[in-house]
Amino acid sequence: MAIRVQAEPFDYGAECNAFAAACGGAGAVVTFCGLVRDEDGRLSGMEIEHYPGMTERALAAIEAEARARWSLTEALILHRHGPMQPGEAIMMVATASRHRGEAFAAAEFLMDYLKSRAPFWKKEFGAGGEAWVAARDADEDQLKRW
Amino acid sequence: MSVTILYFAWLRERIGLPRETVETGAATVAELVEELRGREERYALAFADLKAVRVALDQELSDFDAPLTGVREIAFFPPMTGG
Repeated sequence: MAIRVQAEPFDYGAECNAFAAACGGAGAVVTFCGLVRDEDGRLSGMEIEHYPGMTERALAAIEAEARARWSLTEALILHRHGPMQPGEAIMMVATASRHRGEAFAAAEFLMDYLKSRAPFWKKEFGAGGEAWVAARDADEDQLKRW
Repeated sequence: MSVTILYFAWLRERIGLPRETVETGAATVAELVEELRGREERYALAFADLKAVRVALDQELSDFDAPLTGVREIAFFPPMTGG
């Protein structure tokens, strides 16, 4: 089980392969990667602020909740902070289980919870200046299905 | 008591600093917010709409009714937008 919070870019493919190679005899691996959008060229970059200390605690709590609900052999949450360019990977989650159903469900759960419960804030930069990204009600609503 | 207050994202920008230590007699988060609002216009503006503000006490999400007894670190920030 791993939580990684870092400014450095990561290689999504290499992370997926490393995860699959060390996932404790699982038969299924599910991975998700979030990328910086360019919104048809309107955005030139993004910066992510976070709350060091609370971020790691919140992600560990979300991961522990996922492990309590599903039988996972391994899980990873990796999230970046700091400046990044359109097309760059912001974050990823990976889950592994004996069969695919649990890995799929746990990956969705991790994503839904970390969007609304982990202390990250996105600021977008573009031709129109800079703006903090507003939280979407739809993201909060997603939590109700769990 | 002396507490550390942290501000993130647009709250940090509106107030103009990322953290400060304050002496307060506030019993709850709501009382502390009232004290801060009364200090200066920039605080009043930052805390104008509490529906847009979240609070964490010692790095755990909490709410405005929560007591401050024993709390050392209070953080104010907008709804989170990770992922």
